[in-house]
Amino acid sequence: MKRHRIRSLVANTAVAVLTAVTLVPLVWMVTVSFMPRGASSHFPPPFWPERWSWENYYELLVRRNFDGAWFDYRIMPALWNSLAVAAIATALGLLLTVPAGYAFAKLRFTGRERLLKVMIAALVVPGQVAMLPLFLLFKELGLVNSYAGVILPGLAGIFSLLFVRQAALSIPEEMLDAARLDGASEARIFRSIVLPLLAPITVTLALFLFLGSWNDFLWPLIILTDQHKYTLPVAVAAIVREHAADGELMMAAAVVTTMPVLLIFLPLQRYYISGLLSGSIKG
Amino acid sequence: MTRQERTAWWLTGPVLAIVAGVFLLPVLLALALSVTDYSIYAFASRANVQFVGLGNFIGLLRTPLFWRALANTALFAVLGVPMAIGLSLAAALLLHDKTVRWKPLWRVALFAPYVTSVVATAVVWRFLLNTRYGLINYALTAVGLPTVDWLGNPHASIPAILLFVTWKIFGYNMIVFTAALAAVPQDLMEAARLDGASRWGRFRHVTLPAIGPTLLLASVMSVAGFLQIFAEPYVMTLGGPAQSTVTVLYFMFDEGFKWWNLGQASAVALILFVLILAVTNVQTWLGRRNQWL
Repeated sequence: MKRHRIRSLVANTAVAVLTAVTLVPLVWMVTVSFMPRGASSHFPPPFWPERWSWENYYELLVRRNFDGAWFDYRIMPALWNSLAVAAIATALGLLLTVPAGYAFAKLRFTGRERLLKVMIAALVVPGQVAMLPLFLLFKELGLVNSYAGVILPGLAGIFSLLFVRQAALSIPEEMLDAARLDGASEARIFRSIVLPLLAPITVTLALFLFLGSWNDFLWPLIILTDQHKYTLPVAVAAIVREHAADGELMMAAAVVTTMPVLLIFLPLQRYYISGLLSGSIKG
Repeated sequence: MTRQERTAWWLTGPVLAIVAGVFLLPVLLALALSVTDYSIYAFASRANVQFVGLGNFIGLLRTPLFWRALANTALFAVLGVPMAIGLSLAAALLLHDKTVRWKPLWRVALFAPYVTSVVATAVVWRFLLNTRYGLINYALTAVGLPTVDWLGNPHASIPAILLFVTWKIFGYNMIVFTAALAAVPQDLMEAARLDGASRWGRFRHVTLPAIGPTLLLASVMSVAGFLQIFAEPYVMTLGGPAQSTVTVLYFMFDEGFKWWNLGQASAVALILFVLILAVTNVQTWLGRRNQWL
């Protein structure tokens, strides 16, 4: 029994230490963002602000007037851009892939198996291969530097479609056939039977799509050329490449970028993790 | 056409059209682009585009920075995959231990970095790794070790970025591995215990074979991920110092969207694709041969 208690102590301590070390960067990010300018550049590095200050957030987020010229870091506009882009990308992504995933699982149509094979094969092609021609295509179409240009490539949701299909496969065939015999239209069946059954994985998928869009970096960096249209990661990267020395300010920018997703993730983490597992088991 | 078939096309048509238009078509065009000298002059007039055959690929093989980028990327993968998979497995084994309490809490906390933005957390790590005021060097001095010029020394820059990447992603495979560990046959474990197998023996001969396929799959996906590193050097080092963190994707981005050599950049993208495909196939083949799959 004593050995058991020692083992329990060691294991619990190890997990606690590992978690503490993992969380240090995130906690430090928050505490430094509240330090007065320059306070973090000391040795030993302070972990806790001596005086809590909002000045970094004020400087970062509020537009100020210097000698008649407006100046700001364009973080607030970027925040709204990111929010709008992620919300639209999520809504359209669900609208496109949830019905399609169901159709691929449960409706019989010619070419279904072949299309499925093509899409699974397409999964191995990294997205970066498409980026250069896509940029040129979007240039022709006038989509460079537009939100449509940011969102559109993400809507080619092969992964989402296969994810929904996987879940829809478990819907019992008899249930759908019974509804068909009762004279329900296909649209009615989808709305009243299929959608409620797919509700949990729709939440999971929405979470994947929202976080994916919010955190996306390379494509928005390529397609957005006007600073006023930048999404948060692109705006933050642009600032850090210019103002890298202002530690506290940069931490405030990092907090603004990470906190919204953490606040969305934490209450919904169960959905995220269950989705992650079903995706990985499928392979 | 049956009613079902008509509905199916209504439901799948839009997404299939988008996949064809913004993914399949561009991938095919990438092949075409890679055999042209498409550059900034082509923006002025299409007439400036010429077919150059394999010229871009040959040109790349003669570019020292491209070789440097390949070597750097390979180093990222070779060091990074064992680091990340190792930590994921260690954390999963810890979380799997029967005596550990509050598992859901630890799980979420350890996973949290994964959902954050790479750019934002790279900014944070840039300061953690700061030579003079960073917490990491402070921790090193606190235990009596010499400090490291993490992002300023060409030999330390890749390990420094890997510390960050490992921190950010290990939670993902940790979750995958905890699920695999939960599926290890308990009767087999019990039999090994009764036969007097040591803790290591049980891990080696019962646990490892059972989670082998999962480990292999995770490492295949990790390799692909490490070969696509871009944002980390873009934010933390700008490819430096001394080009020690220029990755293949970083090279492609600069070539394509800084110098506007889109033909050349497209060749880089295709080479990256072939490399990912090759490494993935070799790993799967190794796995089959050793019967991990």
